[in-house]
Amino acid sequence: MTRALVNAPKTARPGEVIEIRAMIAHPMETGYRIGPNGAPIPRHIIRRLVCTYDGAEVFAADLYPAMSANPYIAFSMVATASGTIALAWTDDHGATQTATAEITVAG
Amino acid sequence: MTRGGRAVGVTAAALLAGGVAGAADVEPDARRSGADFMAPETRAMQADDASNPGMLWVLEGERLWAEPAGPEGRACATCHGDAARTMRGVAARYPAFDNGSDRPVDLAGRIDQCRQARQGAPPLARESDPLLALTAYVAHQSRGMPVAPPGDTRLDPFRENGRRLFQQPLGQLGLACANCHDERWDGRLGGAPITQAHPTAYPLYRLEWQALGSLQRRLRNCMAGVRAEPLPFGAPELIELELHLMQRAAGMPMETPGVRP
Ligand code: HEC
Ligand code: HEC
Repeated sequence: MTRALVNAPKTARPGEVIEIRAMIAHPMETGYRIGPNGAPIPRHIIRRLVCTYDGAEVFAADLYPAMSANPYIAFSMVATASGTIALAWTDDHGATQTATAEITVAG
Repeated sequence: MTRGGRAVGVTAAALLAGGVAGAADVEPDARRSGADFMAPETRAMQADDASNPGMLWVLEGERLWAEPAGPEGRACATCHGDAARTMRGVAARYPAFDNGSDRPVDLAGRIDQCRQARQGAPPLARESDPLLALTAYVAHQSRGMPVAPPGDTRLDPFRENGRRLFQQPLGQLGLACANCHDERWDGRLGGAPITQAHPTAYPLYRLEWQALGSLQRRLRNCMAGVRAEPLPFGAPELIELELHLMQRAAGMPMETPGVRP
């Protein structure tokens, strides 16, 4: 089940600096907590998040256990052409999930 | 002794005295949402849907609303259509009287009734993500609308019981809800503002939980806080407390999904 909220402007002018904001539903379990049965809860975090813009990587982040659950990540990039902004993240279970937003760039 | 020290001593003694049958309600003009007591960053997080983590559950609830369930493959949307129209204002008038059980039912309980009786689908556990998501989605349709408790007189004895519970000392600390939330709402406890206990933003995302949770989860936290045995999820007394809280908050705007520290 993918649950993510990706917020990007629908339109921008060429060369404009835009902000991409993403909130991803994920437990981000640190691996340091002990469960009610006394056994450690296995680590389960998003390891890496990559953003591509029309196929080219424009932003990437490695995540660590100190992030909260349901992380919120914001970054900026330069709008150059109309296309797809795609976010892909991979977690400790090896699952990769994606979310996309379309942007129209016109002068 | 410094003035500060004496003030703390008086506060502790007053708190520990407990038992405030008949404590005055918060004056209508003095009523403030829990959001008003939060740090500006937390308020900003709630105010912006792109940064409010509760919206993740609202989004999931929107998906579930349209998902067929049960043997005949009926979705909530099959019968209720566009939630923005049909569920508008519904959460603001819950708990409501349920003819089947002759008791008040809260919004989550009402949704689960529809799921079982009208979809023929298995029940959703209290505090499970799907039930929280559907409840948040339905309650979100009332955001900004005033809390409007139903005038149904059959609710009166239950609401009255909720008020009584609110004023009854609980747990090893012997404190009533009213000791903190009617009498000392402008004080602090272990650094955190006590607040007036308005139920207007539920289900809400609590940073401490790192998750969305129901009003009942919050009430159970407060019960554990005074070292009382928390009532089980779905307990009739929790719904009666909610009736009293909604009456106290009548007219205040709904905020679902709220964010709290
Ligand atoms: C010892 C004081 C104390 C007692 C007694 C107490 N609470 Fe609380 N309550 C708090 C504090 C402190 C908070 C706020 C915690 C936070 O959000 O940081 C709170 C929060 C709440 C909230 C959440 C309000 C919001 O804005 O989301 C509700 C509702 C509530 N309490 C209801 C109750 C009820 C009902 C009882 C009795 C069963 C009760 N409380 C007993 C201290 C108390
Ligand atoms: C087969 C049709 C049907 C389906 C499917 C259905 N409902 Fe209902 N629902 C009803 C009817 C009819 C009522 C009102 C009559 C009553 O009170 O029983 C109702 C009442 C409600 C109410 C109370 C409304 C109010 O004004 O108090 C809520 C909330 C609700 N449904 C939510 C849901 C949700 C959420 C789902 C999906 C999980 C769902 N329903 C699925 C038929 C349906």
